[in-house]
Amino acid sequence: MDLSVTLSGVKLQNPVIPASGCFGYGQEFRAFYDIDMLGSFSCKGTTLEPRFGNELPRVAECASGMLNAVGLQNPGIHAVIAEELPRLKEHFHQPLIANISGFALEEYTQCCEMISQCEQVGIIELNISCPNVHGGGMAFGVCPKSAAEVTAACKKVSAKPLYVKLSPNVTDICEIARACEAAGADGLSLINTLLGMRIDLKARKPVLANKFGGLSGPAIFPVALRMVYQVFGAVKIPIMGMGGVSNARDVIEMMLAGAGAVQVGAANLVNPYVCKEIIEELPAVMQQLDITSLKDIIGGAHT
Amino acid sequence: MQITDFAVVKNEQIARDVFELQLSIVNYQLSIAPGQFVNLQIDGFYLRRPISICGWDGETLTLIYKIVGQGTARLAQYEAGETINALVGLGNGYTPVQAERPLLLGGGVGVPPLYYLAKELAKAGQKPIAVLGFKCADESFYEDHFRALCETVVMTEDGSHGQEGFVTHAMPGINYDAIYACGPEAMLRAIYEQAKELPPGHTQLSFERRMGCGFGACMVCSCKTVTGYKRICKEGPVLTKEEIIWT
Ligand SMILES: Cc1cc2nc3c(=O)[nH]c(=O)nc-3n(C[C@H](O)[C@H](O)[C@H](O)COP(=O)(O)OP(=O)(O)OC[C@H]3O[C@@H](n4cnc5c(N)ncnc54)[C@H](O)[C@@H]3O)c2cc1C
Ligand SMILES: Cc1cc2nc3c(=O)[nH]c(=O)nc-3n(C[C@H](O)[C@H](O)[C@H](O)COP(=O)(O)O)c2cc1C
Ligand code: FES
Repeated sequence: MDLSVTLSGVKLQNPVIPASGCFGYGQEFRAFYDIDMLGSFSCKGTTLEPRFGNELPRVAECASGMLNAVGLQNPGIHAVIAEELPRLKEHFHQPLIANISGFALEEYTQCCEMISQCEQVGIIELNISCPNVHGGGMAFGVCPKSAAEVTAACKKVSAKPLYVKLSPNVTDICEIARACEAAGADGLSLINTLLGMRIDLKARKPVLANKFGGLSGPAIFPVALRMVYQVFGAVKIPIMGMGGVSNARDVIEMMLAGAGAVQVGAANLVNPYVCKEIIEELPAVMQQLDITSLKDIIGGAHT
Repeated sequence: MQITDFAVVKNEQIARDVFELQLSIVNYQLSIAPGQFVNLQIDGFYLRRPISICGWDGETLTLIYKIVGQGTARLAQYEAGETINALVGLGNGYTPVQAERPLLLGGGVGVPPLYYLAKELAKAGQKPIAVLGFKCADESFYEDHFRALCETVVMTEDGSHGQEGFVTHAMPGINYDAIYACGPEAMLRAIYEQAKELPPGHTQLSFERRMGCGFGACMVCSCKTVTGYKRICKEGPVLTKEEIIWT
């Protein structure tokens, strides 16, 4: 059984990758299992300056999923490089995915340049799709022109493969995907969360202080799968697929749609062992489905 | 911090909308401190539900919860013998300090964690005094449990049981040298404002926030404190008076 995959020349021991914002900088999960068994993980969305994020409540529940409006709380890129990466080095020896975000072009490029110098970082994931911050994040990701601009600017300063994380909150995700590819992206990550809301019936007010938040979890799996499938047909660069993935069968389905590796987000929050379980479950599911190498099935559902 | 399946031993109503849930576990070592909480996976709900630990004797975990929504209503339907998955040992819990007369202030379903604490403090030779606040007589619970351990005062908002008023109304008449509290935020704030000056760390308040993970991974429960940002699920739920910033 061969679980390994390669993304833009970066070899991963398996395609299972905890998604940004659902795995912190890795430390919390060390209490549960040896995180070195993961293919990689995508760190919490990091910005140039430290951020507290949005007011509370930042979370709401819905059928088969959750909404979050964290608003990119993070300690800032300097603290991540000075503290989080060295702390992680002792316990994690796989190439890390550095998820970065910003509010202005220069913030993205500065973060990108700094973090791409770090030896532990294998891939940079440019989050241009955060629905929870105003004047930044998703603003870049919903228009092909600005998506291309930020991609091109970051590509210029990045010493590592650059993956652009796309928003599903657009009319045509393929158009944005093609714009990023043309601007030099080495790969794409999709999808970020879908914008949603809940209303508290007793208070007659939105549950989230931010009113709206990003929907994730099993509820979005079919949407994510469809988008990965469409984008796979629209571009030649590799895709990290995500959205609602919760078990080994979902991983295989995502890969058949076109994902070269698969990220797991919200599922980590409700079952901290989920990625370990998926990795352990994969060989048996592969056997059932007559798969000997995961690399062989990428995009396998396209005829 | 551990995750495991428990067997429901008993799930009984003890007051209006309030249930006592006993869960058992065999052959499993758990370390659980007063003020910590569990995160329960309730059938049919995506996110887990945080509930404070009311008691733990090495085999049986006791929780007390109030039906306030869909998840807790479903929880009330669990029957003896069914299993329930829980993340346990979450949060910092109370940090017991050297004191002669610690004052335990609980409001509504903020009362349960103080029971476990009262037990531990009494075991350590301290003489806690508990003030339990409820809306009305129908909603009160565990008075006898507390009385068996320590001096206990019961307050109800409508005076239908014990004395009439809020828990803070009982404070001036009590001589105390530490405070441990859990309850609605308005109650915590009133305690904060009315408590007499005590040495740093001697006033400990336990907070509630909506949670995603309960173990520090998602940042949905963060709050600002004097010593920086803290996650209520991880560096909380208990904060000391000195570090609190009210919003
Ligand atoms: C650290 C901690 C300890 C707690 N201990 C107890 C306890 O011992 N006994 C008890 O009865 N209750 C306790 N609570 C509150 C309890 O978690 C909520 O009442 C419960 O989650 C409500 O779930 P629901 O599905 O019935 O309500 P719904 O309103 O349907 O829930 C919707 C969502 O909001 C969340 N939510 C709703 N109210 C609260 C709240 N007050 N606090 C946190 N999340 C909330 C739910 O978890 C869920 O994700 C505690 C909360 C925290 C944070
Ligand atoms: C609590 C939470 C925080 C998130 N924070 C980030 C973030 O900082 N950067 C980012 O690119 N995506 C973030 N995401 C989005 C996830 O990485 C992922 O794209 C999305 O949740 C879909 O996957 P899922 O359904 O498996 O969760 C966050 C998601 C959640 C639930
Ligand atoms: S609930 Fe996830 S960090 Fe506190």
